[in-house]
Amino acid sequence: MPYVVTDHCTGCRYTECVTVCPVECFHIDDDMTYIDPDNCIDCGGCVPACPVGAIQPSYLLSPDQQKWIEINRRRSAETPVVTMRLTPLAGADERKRALGL
Amino acid sequence: MTTVPRYHVAIVGAGPSGFYAAEALLRSDKNIAVDLFERLPVPYGLVRFGVAPDHAKLKQVTAVFERIAQMPGFRFVGGVEIGVDIGIDDLRRSYHAVILATGAALGREMGLTGENLPGTHQASDFVGWYNGHPDYRDLTFDFGGERAVVIGHGNVALDVARILVKTPDELRHTDIAGHALEALAESRIREVHLVGRGGPDGTRFSAKELQEFGTLGNCDPGVEMGDLAIDPFVPPQGVDPERKIAIGLLDAFSRRAWEKSRRCLFRFHLAPVGFEGHERVNRAVFRWSAQGEGLEQDVGIDTNLVFLSVGRRSAPVADVPYDAGRGVHANAGGRIGVEGEEVPGLYVCGWSKRGPQGTIGTNRACALDTVEKLLADLGSLPSPPSTAADSVVSSIWQRQGLRLDFEAWRAIDLAEVARGRVLGKPREKFVSVEAMIAAAKGKDIAC
Repeated sequence: MPYVVTDHCTGCRYTECVTVCPVECFHIDDDMTYIDPDNCIDCGGCVPACPVGAIQPSYLLSPDQQKWIEINRRRSAETPVVTMRLTPLAGADERKRALGL
Repeated sequence: MTTVPRYHVAIVGAGPSGFYAAEALLRSDKNIAVDLFERLPVPYGLVRFGVAPDHAKLKQVTAVFERIAQMPGFRFVGGVEIGVDIGIDDLRRSYHAVILATGAALGREMGLTGENLPGTHQASDFVGWYNGHPDYRDLTFDFGGERAVVIGHGNVALDVARILVKTPDELRHTDIAGHALEALAESRIREVHLVGRGGPDGTRFSAKELQEFGTLGNCDPGVEMGDLAIDPFVPPQGVDPERKIAIGLLDAFSRRAWEKSRRCLFRFHLAPVGFEGHERVNRAVFRWSAQGEGLEQDVGIDTNLVFLSVGRRSAPVADVPYDAGRGVHANAGGRIGVEGEEVPGLYVCGWSKRGPQGTIGTNRACALDTVEKLLADLGSLPSPPSTAADSVVSSIWQRQGLRLDFEAWRAIDLAEVARGRVLGKPREKFVSVEAMIAAAKGKDIAC
């Protein structure tokens, strides 16, 4: 039951998740972070750390969100590991507000 | 390390926060060597002795700790109790800085009548017992009754309940201690009550761990609806998503029938009052109160097995200021002491800094924060003689008559995995320090 990063991260990329990941399984591109499902140990520590609720266990994903399982797997293989918190993307706070959070 | 280290730092406690502190120090550009001291010959703290045996995936975090142990400048020094075998001041004289990462080893007492009656236990003692911790292996628990009560609504309480209701077949292929598997196989417990003061929106269960109760082979989860007001599963406004999921799961549990042979019953709004019994506990008494309605009444649950899971505190270390209120080493953001009067060169991280909260990774962020402070102070700390750290470690090894270092742990690890293989378990732990040491010497003795 891997955890996956979903579309709420896009355009925010707060990276709070990275600081609490015990196994450094977060990867990053210009838009968002991704979880490497083979390294994730299912601790769930990143879920409450995300300010926009972007991370979910795969078993709770709605049918239209299921695609994120494959996207996380593919993009984590193609992108570098992120080991430290980065500055959120420009406009992250506005997007967070727009999400009603 | 190809060059002579410029700084030496001692870390006390080889659990997650100790390892993450070591990693942060060794990744810095300050040329630091780290000695990681541990009371037992085996590392990993609560990953070995706290994480439940049926949570094998979580234990894969040890692969990260193994990588940290390979970093140049890292040394593991097992079998040494700081404050007993070596004073904290001796360590401080020999290292530029010392970080305490001693965890929260003690259960919190509640000060209730009958709390010390036989049959009433700290959850942490049970956890140490089923995980094969040498300090707890000789404890005994009476599983002869039909009902157990677990007090507390956090993840440790869930672990305790789950281990009590799982079948021997569900536990047989985990790394549960052999003595625990044997005793639990004879258990007659059919019902576990998980009791908390708050309502369904006030638990500290993580959704993932709660969800597991819906998938147990021989146990149905349930909710005692008599404890609750009308519409108890409506999440309050602004509640975080994790809590919302947990409330939804409890709602689903409340509608399940009891069909399997065991049941785990979630109970709410019950504050513990005391425990009754003559030679051993036979009843736990709680005060139920209806939220906002001023109604109160005493509720008794007949049981001869009670676990208190209402928090833990750090064991004080001799000569280190202690914050009795918070149950941690007194610290200001990781520097030991009180704000403005910090003890130079003495730091703390993990549960012994902030109390028992968060997941394994929370300790990574916590250790990084402490190390940042240490690095900022490093230039102004007095320098010990350059060979002092080596002298400390070599005198320990001389006294031990062997090196209980990371290589010794590898020998123990291999021997445990080999013992487990014949039983279909990932490992069969050694549960005494003597057996660990014998394995480190290459002699696998019975324990």
